[in-house]
Amino acid sequence: MSTPQAHLETLPGSVKLFLMLALVALLAFPFAEQDFYTQMVTRMMILAIFAMSLDLLQGITGLVSLGHAAYFGLAGYVVAYLSPADAGASWLVALPLAMAAAALAALVIGFFVVRTHGIYFIMVTMAFSQMMYYLFFDNKALGGSDGVYINVRPGGLGLDMENKWVLYYFTLACMVLTYAFLRRLLWSPFGRTLNGIRLNEHRTRALGYASFSYKLTAFTLAGALAGLAGFLWAAQTGYVNPELMGFHMSAHAIMMVILGGMGNVAGAMIGAFGFELFLHVFKDLPKIGSFDLGKHWQLWMGSLIVLVVIVAPQGLMGLLRRKQTPNE
Amino acid sequence: MDFANFFIQLLNSVQYGLLLFLLAAGLTLIFGIMGVVNLAHGSFYMLGAYTAYALTGAWDNLFLAVLVGAVISLAIGWTLEKILFKHFYKRDHLDQVLLTFGLIYIFEEIRSMIWGDDVHNVAIPGSLNWSIGLTDTLSYPAYRLFMLAVCLLLALGLWLLISRTKIGMKIRAGAFNSDMAQALGVNIVRLHALVFALGVTLASVAGMLISPLSSVYPYMGSQVLIMCFVVVVIGGIGSVRGALTAALLVGLVDTFGKVLLPQFASMLVYVLMALVLLYKPEGLFKQ
Repeated sequence: MSTPQAHLETLPGSVKLFLMLALVALLAFPFAEQDFYTQMVTRMMILAIFAMSLDLLQGITGLVSLGHAAYFGLAGYVVAYLSPADAGASWLVALPLAMAAAALAALVIGFFVVRTHGIYFIMVTMAFSQMMYYLFFDNKALGGSDGVYINVRPGGLGLDMENKWVLYYFTLACMVLTYAFLRRLLWSPFGRTLNGIRLNEHRTRALGYASFSYKLTAFTLAGALAGLAGFLWAAQTGYVNPELMGFHMSAHAIMMVILGGMGNVAGAMIGAFGFELFLHVFKDLPKIGSFDLGKHWQLWMGSLIVLVVIVAPQGLMGLLRRKQTPNE
Repeated sequence: MDFANFFIQLLNSVQYGLLLFLLAAGLTLIFGIMGVVNLAHGSFYMLGAYTAYALTGAWDNLFLAVLVGAVISLAIGWTLEKILFKHFYKRDHLDQVLLTFGLIYIFEEIRSMIWGDDVHNVAIPGSLNWSIGLTDTLSYPAYRLFMLAVCLLLALGLWLLISRTKIGMKIRAGAFNSDMAQALGVNIVRLHALVFALGVTLASVAGMLISPLSSVYPYMGSQVLIMCFVVVVIGGIGSVRGALTAALLVGLVDTFGKVLLPQFASMLVYVLMALVLLYKPEGLFKQ
């Protein structure tokens, strides 16, 4: 079976322009004073970081992980454990520790999973995330099925995340930094090697690259970045539960990356916004007679996913490319 | 743990293992022959259980319900393969994962529209609603034994089908080398539809058989699907013999884990998988 193909590693000018305009819009957005939507956009940006971290594996290295939520959720739990009952944790401590915990988990699990290929990799990553899920689900000491509340959000260094505006701009900064970092990485020798592994692992090994170490490094790095997203998620919602590590969370991340178009980081980011927007619209659909369209959002979401796979398997940005180079 | 208790747990673990086998056999065959990752396999189990609930509600006869349900599943599986799945055999695994993940949503919503989101119970057939006394205090329900026997028969039937019949020979040839089998005159298109329908039917029959014991509830397919993945990975993808061995192993570890180490029981199975992968990255019986 063919390896997943990445696209538009060099972004066309139109996409660059779009991203710049989107950044300006995001910077200005909180001034619209729409509290509900400000929070929604904060969540979209958090998920964008999560999706970009997965793109490092899925789009750039060609490793389709169906268990990426494990690292996302684990980081969230770390924040919850570090938060005292009556005060916020310092983010200067909680953020690095959350990311380190996620990275460590990814390193240990990665040691087992990156030696598998293709379908085995998909199934095994899924099984390991499920293992983490049950560890937290079954143990009352870790929070159990109810999860853990964070009474006061993290703060420190003049950044109080109880303040919605502070959290919004902090998340925006994290997203921009993650994007810049991954774009830089994509064109670094390390990123080129990961790309080589996706295109032809045997050949890359024959050229003298220890593909195991490269894949493990990518897996760990992706885990750490998922941990960043998990930290922000916990800081925003003030609540963590095992569902954050669940199967649906992982599958949604894959969907976000696909929806936007994988392998170029920008697509994953756009996909995350698009996915959440669709979800919001579907859940908000009106009642027609006795038939509540919004209540059946799963049907629309499922149909959308099936449709995207059939019609636009290379995502929104793939459609763009098809338009640009019709002969390919 | 005294002997009677041990014996009961042993029976339970074999019964659970065989149930997993019915599901995993379809999954592993569909992957081995068509190269399709089917996340929606658990949905067929769920839909089977709901079908049993609906049919026993109408006729009050589980045996008849299972037979009719199996025929319906065969038809549904065949149709789904023809209109949807066959277009995805040559596609990327990623596309298959997404397609079947989308299908999970659709199947769950269809279930919600038809039967709602409540938990339902299916009555144990009157003729099997008794227990065998083992000691003064312990007994074993007859329905569980019946289920054990049915699963055994189905597993045996599947083995005979695959290793002793002409169709089975074609299935094995297809799993070994699909293109070569086709070149030698096997009607691979029909074989694919047959294998897919067979897998769907086994999953749905498993759901129907378990329904009186576990009750029928939304998303019951997800959990069992992940267990089946573990079974398929341990056994080696495409190997039915591997699936049987792994299913029994998983049943044993899970059941005894729940008795001896309840805090970590759900994790033990994954630890087992990790160990197998460490020594045999392609599963125990990779062909």
